[in-house]
Amino acid sequence: MPREGLTGSRIRERRSVAGLRQAELARSLGISASYLNLIEHNRRRIGGKLLVNIARALGVEPSVLTEGAEATLIATLREAATDASLSAEETGRADELAGRFPGWAEVLAAGHRRIATLERTVEVLNDRLTHDPQLAASVHELLSTAAAIRSTASILADEKDLEADWRDRFHANLDQDSLRLADSSRALVEYFEAGQSGEDTSSSPQDELDAFLDANSWRFDAIETGEKAPGDIIAAAPELRQRAARQLAGTVLQRIAADAARVSLKELQAALAAHGPDPVALARHTGAPVALVLRRMASLAEPECGLVICDRAGSIVFRKPAGQFVIPRFAPACALWPLFSALNQPGQVLRIPVVQLGRGRTAFDCFAVAETVGEPAYNMPPLMQATMLLLPVAGPAPVDALQVGSTCRVCPAERCPGRREPSILREGV
Amino acid sequence: MQNRNALWEEGQMSNHVLLVEDEVNIIEAIRFLLSREGWTVDTHSDGSDAADVIRTRKPDIVILDVMLPGRSGFDILEELRSDAQTADLPVLMLTARGQSRDREMAEKAGVSRFMTKPFSNAEVLTAVRDLLYVHRQST
Repeated sequence: MPREGLTGSRIRERRSVAGLRQAELARSLGISASYLNLIEHNRRRIGGKLLVNIARALGVEPSVLTEGAEATLIATLREAATDASLSAEETGRADELAGRFPGWAEVLAAGHRRIATLERTVEVLNDRLTHDPQLAASVHELLSTAAAIRSTASILADEKDLEADWRDRFHANLDQDSLRLADSSRALVEYFEAGQSGEDTSSSPQDELDAFLDANSWRFDAIETGEKAPGDIIAAAPELRQRAARQLAGTVLQRIAADAARVSLKELQAALAAHGPDPVALARHTGAPVALVLRRMASLAEPECGLVICDRAGSIVFRKPAGQFVIPRFAPACALWPLFSALNQPGQVLRIPVVQLGRGRTAFDCFAVAETVGEPAYNMPPLMQATMLLLPVAGPAPVDALQVGSTCRVCPAERCPGRREPSILREGV
Repeated sequence: MQNRNALWEEGQMSNHVLLVEDEVNIIEAIRFLLSREGWTVDTHSDGSDAADVIRTRKPDIVILDVMLPGRSGFDILEELRSDAQTADLPVLMLTARGQSRDREMAEKAGVSRFMTKPFSNAEVLTAVRDLLYVHRQST
């Protein structure tokens, strides 16, 4: 029988504090000691009159013994245990730990949450450091200026008989470079601070597009209802400063408009009511391609799904976040994602349960399909796009779930056939 | 075998360097340093035609920045190595990105020596002298 949570553990803890033996308490309640033992080990459900009697016997309010905010604590502890690869038996004792040692349990849970936050920060900064062209250019600027200053300062210090003209020239260069260094340093600090706080500096067209989509919760009801055209929405979006960003947004919104024209929100919701979140059944029902159905499902508020689209070269061209599933912004994504498997099997719809390592092992029902895009032409290889929908699954991950990462550099998997480079999390690179 | 400093002092070593770099004040500082050492210093700041400029000017050694406008230093170096005329030309590569990946890319492209910014003047002078000395000894 599954364990029912904290209640039994808390009864045992309170009984110990009260100095009562199990048999004594059982006798006062009119139940057998063995039954109380089962309750205390969370192997029997408890509620109603018996719970009230136990609470009265222990001198506490019944609510003190029942589950409350601690459910979150237990969930976090279980997550920490799973991440640490503890056995199922040990993981199952998270509620006992929380019940008997609530203070220590909170410390452990807070530590786990802190690690998750720091890992996320590492991911963001590593992603930027390694692959962000703007950051690479900024670092180059910074270090080139430092090189110029160092070289010039050394000349001024070492050359005792430097001619006045040269000295003046190098002094002017130093002044100029030190100003540049100050500006570059300040800009870089602002950039990193934005990364740590999760803010978006909107420095690239893709950044601006993501900020725009995020600001609209990835939904455009005015397009769904036909009230506004994509161009109107883009014109009224302050986030889209760059022309390239507006072009990207135009492509996304036009696709949303075309998708909505093919399968309206009302039709989609009716199909969902009839078949549930089953993309193939929805595609049959609506007569629309599966990739379109995946995109339409991702536009719904409920269930809240993530969506990733990549091109034929495997570059991610669209990303809608899904809970704790990390989709790298700049770094190459995990090669094990069903998205890339779909790319190799055009037309075949994949349905694979996945769990992303290092993220509390939240499970996702993952649907992926690849289809050709663009106009047909003679002697031109078909341009493919793969689309992957991430549907969060409540409860523990299925045992057969495919374990994937986000990107190699921040993936804890030690022996992975898809690894491209060492991880900085476990291998200390 | 004479040591490299003696060769240098006796003027037996040729001294034409081409600096391909877009940072004006680095150009100025390195030009000053190498000029004081007796080198003839040519400079060029655009990556897109840098390989042609190198072939035309025929320097004894090239100092090549990685990040250049128009074309990366890695691409330029690969082109130089694929041309018999410049295949053995000593190339000192400068980069602001000291990541191991950059070093690997530079080595794969056939770099003679790799140096990360910010560098010291002494390091540059020593590297330039060493590279040319080794090149002379091997040809």
